[in-house]
Amino acid sequence: MAVVSSLESLLESRQVWRGRPAPRAPSSQPTGFPDLDDALPEGGWPETGLTELLLPADGVGELRLLWPTLARLSQADGMIALIAPPYLPYAPAWMNAGIRLQRLQIVRADPRDALWATEQCLRSAACSAVLCWPRQVDDRALRRLQVAAEAGQCLGFALRPIKAAANPSPAALRIAVDADPARLRILKCRGGNPPPQAIPFAADGCRPPSRQGGVVRAFPPSRVHKLYALRARTH
Amino acid sequence: MLWACILLPQLALDGVLRRHPDPAAPLALVTGPAQRRVLRAVNASAKAAGLRAGQSLGAAQALCSRFTAVAHDPAEDVRWHRFLAAWAYRYSSLVSHEMPSALLLEVEASFKLFGPWPRFEAQLREDLKSLGFRHRITLAPNPYAARALANQHDGLAILTDGPLHNALAQLPVERSGLPAEVASSLRRMGLSKLGQVVALPRVALGRRVGKDALAHLDRLTGSLPTPLRYYQPPDSFSSRIDLNYDVESSQALLFPLRRLTADLAAYLAGRDGGVERFTLVLEHERCADTEVVVGLLAPERDSAMLFELARGRLEQERVPAPVRGVQLLARELPPFVPAGRDLFDARPQQAVPWEQLRERLRARLGDESVQGLGVRADHRPERAWQAEHSRVAPPADLPRPGWLLPHPVPLRDHQLRILAGPERIETGWWDGDLRRDYYLLQTSQGQRAWAYRAAGDPPRLTSHHPASSAADGFMLHGWFS
Repeated sequence: MAVVSSLESLLESRQVWRGRPAPRAPSSQPTGFPDLDDALPEGGWPETGLTELLLPADGVGELRLLWPTLARLSQADGMIALIAPPYLPYAPAWMNAGIRLQRLQIVRADPRDALWATEQCLRSAACSAVLCWPRQVDDRALRRLQVAAEAGQCLGFALRPIKAAANPSPAALRIAVDADPARLRILKCRGGNPPPQAIPFAADGCRPPSRQGGVVRAFPPSRVHKLYALRARTH
Repeated sequence: MLWACILLPQLALDGVLRRHPDPAAPLALVTGPAQRRVLRAVNASAKAAGLRAGQSLGAAQALCSRFTAVAHDPAEDVRWHRFLAAWAYRYSSLVSHEMPSALLLEVEASFKLFGPWPRFEAQLREDLKSLGFRHRITLAPNPYAARALANQHDGLAILTDGPLHNALAQLPVERSGLPAEVASSLRRMGLSKLGQVVALPRVALGRRVGKDALAHLDRLTGSLPTPLRYYQPPDSFSSRIDLNYDVESSQALLFPLRRLTADLAAYLAGRDGGVERFTLVLEHERCADTEVVVGLLAPERDSAMLFELARGRLEQERVPAPVRGVQLLARELPPFVPAGRDLFDARPQQAVPWEQLRERLRARLGDESVQGLGVRADHRPERAWQAEHSRVAPPADLPRPGWLLPHPVPLRDHQLRILAGPERIETGWWDGDLRRDYYLLQTSQGQRAWAYRAAGDPPRLTSHHPASSAADGFMLHGWFS
């Protein structure tokens, strides 16, 4: 007859070791968005490596997503390099987002040289973050960037069209940014399973987090109404 | 004072070899009038093929069919001699290149900095080896004795007068630096060692060999102090490599370029300076020379970095004709202050400071490729930023887009929604008038656009489709991202 012993007594005799989930150390590279931080296995951006942001179009919130991180990094040593950005970074807005502009460097390059410049910047360890907009880039080139980011211990961000989501990528983290409804979908994250549900990323108005408190302020709706009312009267 | 003599027995040949792409191939230095060419020096592989210095060119060609004959240029010797004096200047402030194919350095004062003589000597030899010059080094309490000992010995170091007299006494008269006819007449008298000569009564010896030879003997023993002329570094650098053949690809220029930049770096280290701007002159056979200017934002002197920058510029350059010679000129040599670095700062491999990275990017992508960003006090969006950093107070916290289009374009979208606006920007009557009403719009794709209309031209809105008809006349100027 088999001896039936209760689970409690077994556990109390301390012959069974029970693993306990260790509390996660706070990430050294928080994204500035608590919802996103919670969803990521490291609690923030991968500390070194390439992060891919997949965008349906330009101007859907990629800067809103990156500005808190860039503002934090710009307070430390190290440059933030923008390699061949598609538009001009509008200085007053970036400044209002809390970024120290003397840490910002824009590298103009044609698409052929942009990848080279990105790799140099990632590898140099002189940059704390490198943003690039690779056009027509293959798996090998992305792997080079990923290795360079690890060698230079640097945050690399590759902003690519959403079409690229169909292809595999060696990037440590891939986030698709949806515009309507505004949300973030994690497609791949190294060190954990990507969460099944999307993270809301509502556009709280058009403003970046304010310099004073880091609170994202919306356009006061009353003002919008007033402006409409004003125009209605002029008609 | 202790004097080191660096004897360069093959100065002319080494100077040619170090610029030759394949130093191991047989090569001979040829001199003499065109009717009677004589080999002046040969390298190791030519020697193995049976060539000897002093042979006539015809005899040499009969012995070995394929060797490179290079005409000897005395001006080159002078230039190399001067170059090595510049190199030696980093080890001692008293460097003389007065004696042909030899350098004399006062080294005792430098021991504190470079360590005792064995270590110092090893350093000198290592440098000379990497520069590509064969050498013999001796040390003696006076420069003339050091020079004479270098004829016979290599690596001999004599610190005091007693051993110096013994060593000099053992020196054969032919190798003591006396004029050849004096040495041979002494030899005929049966005097083979310098010690026997010095032991003779001075007056009788003077009558036999003459005043000059007597003065030379006195200089060797140090009893007749004779000042040397010392080397003074020039205030600019110029070096030239003759390629002897047509070069059509930039790849083939890399070898001479590496030599030139290494020479420049050695020279800069010697005078503790940096270089902010240098010119590469590519010489062509028939057309005017191409000048490639390499400019840096801050003085530098690291040889690898200078090479990389020059290479970056050179690869961009288009030349009208094959290149026959390369010249490197640096006229302004500003003082160089090395960047301070934390001793215990753990840095990843291949790490380069930002300044170096910036120069690397500029070298390949162009001078204007790396820009900063700054704010200007202006309401007009086009003029509210600039490409370099400025110290302006942060602008008012108005809603402004993160991306600005360099030129506004018509916004075409079938489903625009006005989120806010208008905000009128009307200024600049003094230089480029601007009157616009800016709106914040949402496009059909969910983008947030910053677009404007002419001032006082409100978008037409109907009650059914407030957005569709508003699409006309908007100029897109930025994206709120």
